[in-house]
Amino acid sequence: GCPKDDFQEELVIRPLHSGDIYASFQFRTLWETDFMRGNKVSHYRLFPKSLGQVISKFSVRELHISFTQGYWRTMQWGQPFLPSPPGAELWVWFQDSVTDVDGTWKELTNVLSGIFCASLNFIDSTNTVQPSASFKPLGIGNVTDHRFLRYATLPREIVCTENLTPWKKLLPCGSKAGLAVLLKSEKLFHSSFHSQAVHIRPVCQDWQCKTTSWELRQTLNVVFDLHTPGQGKLEWSLFKMFSRTLTEACPLASSSKIYIDITDDPQGEQFEVSPATHLLSQAMVLGDRRTFSVYDLTQQITFGTVRSLNLLIRWKSRDMLRPLLHAERYVAGYGLQTGEIHTLMYNNHPYRSFPVLLLDSVPWYLRLYIHTLTVTSKGKDNKPSYIHYQPSKDRVRPHLLEMLVQLPPNSVTEVTVQFERALLKWTEYTPDPNHGFYVGSSVISSLVPSIVAMDTNSTREQPLFSSFFPCKEESSYFMRVYTEPLLVNLPTPDFSMPYNVICLTCTVVAVGYGSLYNLLTRSFQIEEPSPGLAKRIANIIRKMRGVPPL
Amino acid sequence: MAAPLTLLLLVAVTVRAALYRSSLADLISERVEVVSPLTAWKRVVEGLALLDLGVSPYSGDVFHETPLIIYLFHFLVDYAEITFMLADVITAVALYLSVKDYNKQVFRKQKYALEADRYPLDCLELIRSPKEMQYIPLKVAMFYLLNPFTILSCVAKSTCGLNNAVIALFVLSTIKGNSRTHSSPAEGNSIYPLTLCAAALLYLLQRQYIPVNLRRFSFWWFVAQYAFMYLGSLFVIVGLSFFLLGSWDFLPSVYGFILSVPDLTPNIGLFWYFFAEMFEHFRLFFLCVFQINVFFYTVPLSIKLKEHPVFLIFMQLAVISIFKSYPTVGDIALYMAFLPVWSHLHRFLRNIFLVSCVLLACSALFPVLWHLWIYAGSANSNFYYAITLLFNVAQILLVSDYFYAFLRREHHLSHGLYLKRKDGSEATLVLK
Repeated sequence: GCPKDDFQEELVIRPLHSGDIYASFQFRTLWETDFMRGNKVSHYRLFPKSLGQVISKFSVRELHISFTQGYWRTMQWGQPFLPSPPGAELWVWFQDSVTDVDGTWKELTNVLSGIFCASLNFIDSTNTVQPSASFKPLGIGNVTDHRFLRYATLPREIVCTENLTPWKKLLPCGSKAGLAVLLKSEKLFHSSFHSQAVHIRPVCQDWQCKTTSWELRQTLNVVFDLHTPGQGKLEWSLFKMFSRTLTEACPLASSSKIYIDITDDPQGEQFEVSPATHLLSQAMVLGDRRTFSVYDLTQQITFGTVRSLNLLIRWKSRDMLRPLLHAERYVAGYGLQTGEIHTLMYNNHPYRSFPVLLLDSVPWYLRLYIHTLTVTSKGKDNKPSYIHYQPSKDRVRPHLLEMLVQLPPNSVTEVTVQFERALLKWTEYTPDPNHGFYVGSSVISSLVPSIVAMDTNSTREQPLFSSFFPCKEESSYFMRVYTEPLLVNLPTPDFSMPYNVICLTCTVVAVGYGSLYNLLTRSFQIEEPSPGLAKRIANIIRKMRGVPPL
Repeated sequence: MAAPLTLLLLVAVTVRAALYRSSLADLISERVEVVSPLTAWKRVVEGLALLDLGVSPYSGDVFHETPLIIYLFHFLVDYAEITFMLADVITAVALYLSVKDYNKQVFRKQKYALEADRYPLDCLELIRSPKEMQYIPLKVAMFYLLNPFTILSCVAKSTCGLNNAVIALFVLSTIKGNSRTHSSPAEGNSIYPLTLCAAALLYLLQRQYIPVNLRRFSFWWFVAQYAFMYLGSLFVIVGLSFFLLGSWDFLPSVYGFILSVPDLTPNIGLFWYFFAEMFEHFRLFFLCVFQINVFFYTVPLSIKLKEHPVFLIFMQLAVISIFKSYPTVGDIALYMAFLPVWSHLHRFLRNIFLVSCVLLACSALFPVLWHLWIYAGSANSNFYYAITLLFNVAQILLVSDYFYAFLRREHHLSHGLYLKRKDGSEATLVLK
């Protein structure tokens, strides 16, 4: 028969301490098929055909693409389930059967550009890098040769309805049934943070990993701002957030659940959720054991007598929280000639230090001077134990700086590096050159020590939000933090002047040529004064008469 | 003669040492008029740091010096200031000795010509006396060492100072006629000094009394010997550069960079803004035109000045400094050091006041307009570009003025100083 496929959808709602609310949708399709074999897959059911064709045509092993609007405020909101940098980010692991990875990468970005209606065609060799350590595959497979990995970000990319619509089309139920009916663009983009992503990777079917299946996860994270007009002060509901309520689960889904994070308030003292539910679930996520109220949409009883579900969360009080790892980045200096990039990494663990991998991909027109790199923690020099630096080549590739830094407990580590701004050719500037040029986010990857023991059994039945990053050991969990992108101004030439400049410079060269030509080809002679006009005419007449001239 | 020279060297070294210790040193080493992507000290340090990290300095686009500089500064990076001061001192002493020797030869030739009665009678006031020529070598050394451009270049630790030292040693070995120490000056950060070999060849021919006659065998035999030796030394230097890092990466990074001008950092030359505003379709064409422009004056100048090879060296150095792809003030200082040698031409110079005013004004305006563009944001790149144009026009006028004066003096020496027209009235000379 045809290969088995399975679709699950879930929504996690987490009230944040600042009063904002974080909603994370995940839609997962598992399909037990093999795109890589010769037999062409032609019968697509739950798995979108466009992505299936992309996987088989470009021999993709893993694909992660995200479109984000806004910046995740770690200090106020805690850690996201799925971090993403502002703009577009794309990283892909290719199969090791691919011979021309760069060519395949270029074609892939163009095809994805069409699928998601985004300008991913701006991804080329000048903003693509091959990280050696920071982006290991998140699915199964034993290819670790980073020649098959490509990573690129477009920090300038804007996300809008035009990108949401094709993303929704990839879902089995579209936006007609299930959780996806909540994805209305006029509310989703009226938020502090919006990120939609697609992750494709091969996973094990079961614990013994005899068969593998392809997992497609479509995730959408959104943070609604407390102070956005129209939102209640300390009260949230599905209708307020999404301007819709739920009436049914997606018929094609095997599981459709909503989780509300009530860890901070197990007794119901800080907020209350209505309609109440007796289903509770616990999960290990981001180093913490959290408790959730569960609403199962496949059960008719969830919708009650009115046949619609409008969850309501009402607050009673507030508190503060501190994430363990968080980072900031900014540009220092003045003028358009030089500058300095400062990256600050905060380790808020009271007594444990842990290493982090910092990846910086800086465009070639900001010339980094690696001999000015300094890493200081608590005022003292903190030498990184591993530095991988690939200098940029003008108009070919960007700088790649990866280093392993040990963050001491309860400290701030500052990484600074000086750069020089280049003057570009006038055609290389964007139409709005004084807006500045974007530098993509730095990526900080780390195994953060966990307070509770993590669950290393990855194929056990787990909610989707806690099973994204593979967990290899119990005492720590994997975390990835993205810093802010930078906006840097470059000196600009005058764009109205190309013809004038060519004329003027050629004039100066011609002045040089002319003077030297005159001096080289002419010789000094005594000047005979030429007679006046009348005398000349008289001489001509005299010549004609045969009389000697005046 | 040794005492005034030593005093001059001491003064020069003191001035430089004082500036090194002051806060101006950091400021000066950032100035784009003084350092270029080819000669900046920051990039040398960056190249050495990359080598320490295990990455080839030529894998990126930040380091454009030849491997010989890596050889040199691998050991001397802590004594960099002393190295650059020493380079300036070597340049000054080399120029001093070569001008002294040249003056002796000029005077000897003049003596023979006077005895052979080759000069017309009324141009005796153009004849030079040993007394007036006595202080010229010291003036040359002073013009080089105390020139503000040279001091700025030295304090910024620009490797232009090292290039100047190599070229000055080349000139010295040419004038001394010592073919054994004669070596290719192209190992510096520049391929343009290749054009100096024609001038050196002509000088050596003159010294060996071989006439420049294309039909004679002795001429071609000498040319072949010279070419063999020159190319041999060039290959030795390129080979040495290869063996440092074991790869030919340095060739596109150094010479390819000079020829293809990918880096458009502003400087005092003509290339940067021209290629920043160039239509992409014509870029290669104009690149070739501008690069050929530097080289193609060699043959016409050599033909016209074949009797005066030292003036030819001066002209070539000037043409290179004005039209090269990444000029700095250090290059200008080198050819300006030769100006005292032609001080006897002052009566025939026409534009010297205008040129010196323009050069002074432009030198003052460069930092002002740079600040207005980059830091204050109230001017734009056109202001700085305009001053660049003016500065280069002034230099071209200076060089062509000296050329005019030189040719005119030669004309007078063969035709007489006070020329009369056919009717006996005073004549004027024009170029026709």
